[in-house]
Amino acid sequence: MSTLRYALYRMMTMVLTLLVVSVLVFAIINLPPGDYLSNQINELRATGQSAGVAKAEFLRREYSLDQPLWKQYMIWVGFLPGPNGFSGLLQGDWGWSFEFERPVADIVGDSLWLTVVVNLAAVLFIYAVALPLGMLAAAKSRSWIDYTAALVAYLGLATPNFLLALILFYYGHKYFNLPIGGLMDPIFEGQPLTWDKLQSILVHLIVPTFVIGTSGASAMTQRLRANMLDELGKPYVETAIAKGLSERRMLVKYPLRVAFNPFVADIGNLLPSMVSGSVLVSVVLGLQTIGPTLLTALKTQDQFLSGFILMFVALLTLIGTMISDILLVMLDPRIRYEGRES
Amino acid sequence: MTDRPDRFVDDAPFDPTASALDLERADLDAPGWVLVWRKFRTHKLGLISGLFIAFSYIMLPFWGFVAPYGPNERNEEYLYASPQKIRLFHEGEFIGPFIYPVTAEANLTTFQWEFVPDTDNPAPLRWFCEGTPYKLAGFIPSDTHLFCPAEGTTVFVWGSDRLGRDVFSRILYGAQLSLTVGLIGILVSFSLGIFFGSIAGYFGGGIDWVINRVIEILRSLPELPLWLALSAAVPSNWGPVAVFFIISIILGILDWPGLARSVRAKFLSLREEEYVRAAEMMGAKPGRVIGRHLLPNFASHLIASATLSIPAMILGETALSFLGLGLRAPAVSWGVMLNDAQNLASIEIYPWTALPMVPIIVVVLAFNFLGDGLRDSLDPYQD
Repeated sequence: MSTLRYALYRMMTMVLTLLVVSVLVFAIINLPPGDYLSNQINELRATGQSAGVAKAEFLRREYSLDQPLWKQYMIWVGFLPGPNGFSGLLQGDWGWSFEFERPVADIVGDSLWLTVVVNLAAVLFIYAVALPLGMLAAAKSRSWIDYTAALVAYLGLATPNFLLALILFYYGHKYFNLPIGGLMDPIFEGQPLTWDKLQSILVHLIVPTFVIGTSGASAMTQRLRANMLDELGKPYVETAIAKGLSERRMLVKYPLRVAFNPFVADIGNLLPSMVSGSVLVSVVLGLQTIGPTLLTALKTQDQFLSGFILMFVALLTLIGTMISDILLVMLDPRIRYEGRES
Repeated sequence: MTDRPDRFVDDAPFDPTASALDLERADLDAPGWVLVWRKFRTHKLGLISGLFIAFSYIMLPFWGFVAPYGPNERNEEYLYASPQKIRLFHEGEFIGPFIYPVTAEANLTTFQWEFVPDTDNPAPLRWFCEGTPYKLAGFIPSDTHLFCPAEGTTVFVWGSDRLGRDVFSRILYGAQLSLTVGLIGILVSFSLGIFFGSIAGYFGGGIDWVINRVIEILRSLPELPLWLALSAAVPSNWGPVAVFFIISIILGILDWPGLARSVRAKFLSLREEEYVRAAEMMGAKPGRVIGRHLLPNFASHLIASATLSIPAMILGETALSFLGLGLRAPAVSWGVMLNDAQNLASIEIYPWTALPMVPIIVVVLAFNFLGDGLRDSLDPYQD
């Protein structure tokens, strides 16, 4: 019951946070002087193309960009009805991309779930690597496993993501014949999901997952190792050994259980940097996620497109953080009871 | 954990007359920084990293002297020249550092320039020679370089890039921007972090609540898209210096919440100490209590966490410049240089254009080791 209440509470804070984030995003997008349409209008005027000007002026009115800023914001989010049927984010109308001359929903469509897939794969990768590696590093601390893990962790933190991506792509292609660029074979693009398409996506995911996950996995491994080492020094471990429990059973049954909580909670801290990483890596590797689109949109001041993508990225991290918080409460009775008392 | 420690036996001869407290006392009376230094000294990796970083920063104004070429000096005859080795022995005979002069020849099957060394005529390097004019430390005009190639030859130690600029010289010049970006960023992040963290922790209540929410929101957002958005807002007609400052400020603005959180947590516990109450009783204003009594208490922790957040900023600058939203040419930074190595073709054909990644990795590693070393030695009484 209390878990449910906590989940509700977290949902509410998430909605409030999103509201603040939307103000922030809107402010940042409107920071640069000028906007796409007025730049375009100026350019068209200078070259004397009046037909284009009329179209741009029409778009301006259609999306109420001639209104004062606060009104623009309200209309964009959907608190106020737009003058000409533009209903705003809340009602699923994400606006018009001036650069691509198509609705935002059309442009981002497929790339939204591919973004989710890439990030999900990275999270799974982090857990799959960090859990055994962190445990081993702690159980065999000050052995070559421990030192190798530490070395990999340091290198993973110090190498810029995008370079790692390029280098892995190059060598992955050269030695393992991994595909270069993209998230699927071009022939599958726009096709319905089939087994072949799924396979193609999986093969293409290997390098990006590795690149995005490396720094997170190394941070996680070190964290788990530290937590485990703390637990291993405690008397109950000695008791377990004295009882004659086999080493593996003892490790998994007691210290891992305790060290596991911060491990779950940490994914919430890691998510923002992972999503950041996935945007950067997507740009470099040409993945069909929203990363490259975001970069173009920001460079051309295509405000509805960049605004929507920034909001989506924020939503993705917030949902991830919320899930990890709720999982933590379900996993750790101590947190549950503390919440109840206060 | 399964192998228990052996019984500890001190092999020093036992002297029953010596007081057990003598040595210990001397240690305990030493000022804090001596203890920290003593412990830090045993941390070899941290020590070496610290020396390396100090060396890198001290040398920053003098790189113009070491670099044989200017940062934007083009050699049209040598586009994408491959690295030239500095050799010591010519046909088994020692003649001091020299290079084999190369000539560019077009290969008409691969459409690349090929650089054919002339192994018969070694060209010794000149020392303390005149070359491209530059400004030492930014204001002393000079044209003396540590070494230059012989007349009519070139010395591209790490190759040249697509405009025929020397990669080695550019890496040295690039260090000036890439390393200082972190310092300015950390300055901004520290002022904001300490300011907000300390008022939140000291005053508590409503201010604390608001600042805490802001910290939570900023921490839950992915940094890079926000960096991108903010840098995209920098007008394109600004000069390189203005862009440099604004980029480092942007890096700092999004970095402060983490610091503010730890400052706040520390303040919450320190606020209850007796000496704080004593200071307040004597009429000290909050500003004085915070600045004189509370902050010095964990200045060392602040330094350690600064050391650990500088690398993030260096990497951030690299990422931004790499995407073309950070520093822009003619400014030279490691990220700007890597912008040239953006595609697979250059990694495969001209791998030396990706060389700036080496100093990035080395510097970031050094900062991490130094930070870890400092953090470990801050608690001199703990083993």
